[in-house]
Amino acid sequence: MAALHAIFVAPFVEFAFMQRALFGAFMLSLSACPVGVFLMLRRMSLTGDAMAHAILPGAAAGFLLYGLQIVPMTIGGLVAGIVVALGAGAVARLTVQKEDASMAAFYLISLSLGVLMVSLRGSSVDLMHVLFGTVLALNDDALTLIGMVCALTLAALGVFWRALVAECLDPLFLRSVSRLGSPVHFIFLGLVVVNLVAGFQALGTLLSVGLMILPAAAARFWTQRVEIMCLLAVALGLLSSICGLLLSYHVSLPSGPAIILSAGVAYLVSVIASPRGLLATLRPRGAHRTA
Amino acid sequence: MPEACLTFSDLTLGYNSHPAIHHLDGVVRKGALTAVVGANGSGKSTLMKGIVGLLKPMSGAYTVAPGTRIAYLPQQSELDRSFPARVVDLVSLGLWPRRGLLGRHRAEDREAVSKALMAVGLEGFETRSIDTLSGGQLQRALFARVLVQDADLILLDEPFNAIDAKTLVDLVALIERWHGESRTVLVVAHDLDLVREHFPEALLLARRPVAWGETRQVLSPENLLRARRFHEAWDESAPWCGPDDAHGHGHDHAHGHSHHHPHPNGHDHAHAGDGRTIGKGAA
Repeated sequence: MAALHAIFVAPFVEFAFMQRALFGAFMLSLSACPVGVFLMLRRMSLTGDAMAHAILPGAAAGFLLYGLQIVPMTIGGLVAGIVVALGAGAVARLTVQKEDASMAAFYLISLSLGVLMVSLRGSSVDLMHVLFGTVLALNDDALTLIGMVCALTLAALGVFWRALVAECLDPLFLRSVSRLGSPVHFIFLGLVVVNLVAGFQALGTLLSVGLMILPAAAARFWTQRVEIMCLLAVALGLLSSICGLLLSYHVSLPSGPAIILSAGVAYLVSVIASPRGLLATLRPRGAHRTA
Repeated sequence: MPEACLTFSDLTLGYNSHPAIHHLDGVVRKGALTAVVGANGSGKSTLMKGIVGLLKPMSGAYTVAPGTRIAYLPQQSELDRSFPARVVDLVSLGLWPRRGLLGRHRAEDREAVSKALMAVGLEGFETRSIDTLSGGQLQRALFARVLVQDADLILLDEPFNAIDAKTLVDLVALIERWHGESRTVLVVAHDLDLVREHFPEALLLARRPVAWGETRQVLSPENLLRARRFHEAWDESAPWCGPDDAHGHGHDHAHGHSHHHPHPNGHDHAHAGDGRTIGKGAA
């Protein structure tokens, strides 16, 4: 019992930085995981990845001008992310090109700009910092930012839930009964951007998309209801955060990758063992019902 | 006097400055049940999209009577069948016009949904996930959604595609029920026997209106022959359609044959469906 306490509870009780990390990861899971569910259901999982790259030049610009400071890096990331999201979304909605192609084009431009800017000054250590974040060194500013993003996301999801579901399920129907279709799409892209920006302090630009997508992708295997899928994704995100932080503490692993790898394990387990996963699909079904 | 539900005035709809439907004039009465017929590429779906507002008119205009609630069942639904939703979730989308984004779904709404499911013969399917439905079952579910929408103007674009006889009978019965409730219904259909049997009025299209009025007159052999002779392909060198030309089309119906009008006061309307032949082959 004492050993269990020492492994699972003590690190969070004894160290303030672990508490802050846990609190930050908790809020991030709460807001990023449901966004990830919709991202996945709209077949935009890779868009999340693209957006995570797209915010790099903004964050890098903030970093170049002000050093490793959260406010300029956040604002820069937000601006870059919104420019790419709006640009790609507008090209997709107004021209013949589909969103996957326009998003790829915009994010590639953005990413190359970002790498160029980081290499202009900093060393590769700086780049690593921007890319991989520092969940164990979350300061008050970062926690406040994550909290604000979390509140904003939950409020927006609550208000636009029905429109989001309708836009995913039957976009043409939504267009025939309401003018909300396009606005909801852009609001949603906005949510993706702010969640990625909130995540990049804690997990880095590359990994913040992991907490968004992996729990959602894992939850997809267990349920056929969107509401439950969102709750399950949040739960898996929380669990991965706790596991990752503990791993990072006990084995001295970098915290960001440890959290995402934990979520990756949850995903692989779901792929294999869930009722809709590999084992169930491959196992020959002997019996079937009469009707 | 029957009120107009939908008025077209010299409406031209199309894509990339090529008209898909040319110079349409006329009135759809409130409560009319009209079949829209014509070959593939004759502009039927385009007309539907135009009425819903998914496509802006290239010229001319149409007016929907104020306060009209429209329900639209497209030919190619963008429905994502892999989305994790149950039949009841899909049908509940039809509550949108009543409850909108934030209105709570009340007990009476849930009752309306289950009544609609019963009306289309899908009771017991409430919690089935939509990716397990057959094509016909999905079409029934979509009809249930139209039922829940409780619309005044119902647009159905080829609702009878890939539907078996039993489902067809049920869906036609629903359409006739809507007609009985004085809703205005426009249905794109290909089966002319079905149209003759169940639809009092018809609009025959061939990238322009060929005939509009009482079904038996509209679907006469001459009209059908005329409707078959049209250019489905775009002509990149086609001359621009000027305002004079448009004028000519709108009033070029002197050769139309007259016959008894299906509704007594229709003559009050300049363009009410009176079975005349609109325009001629000289487009």
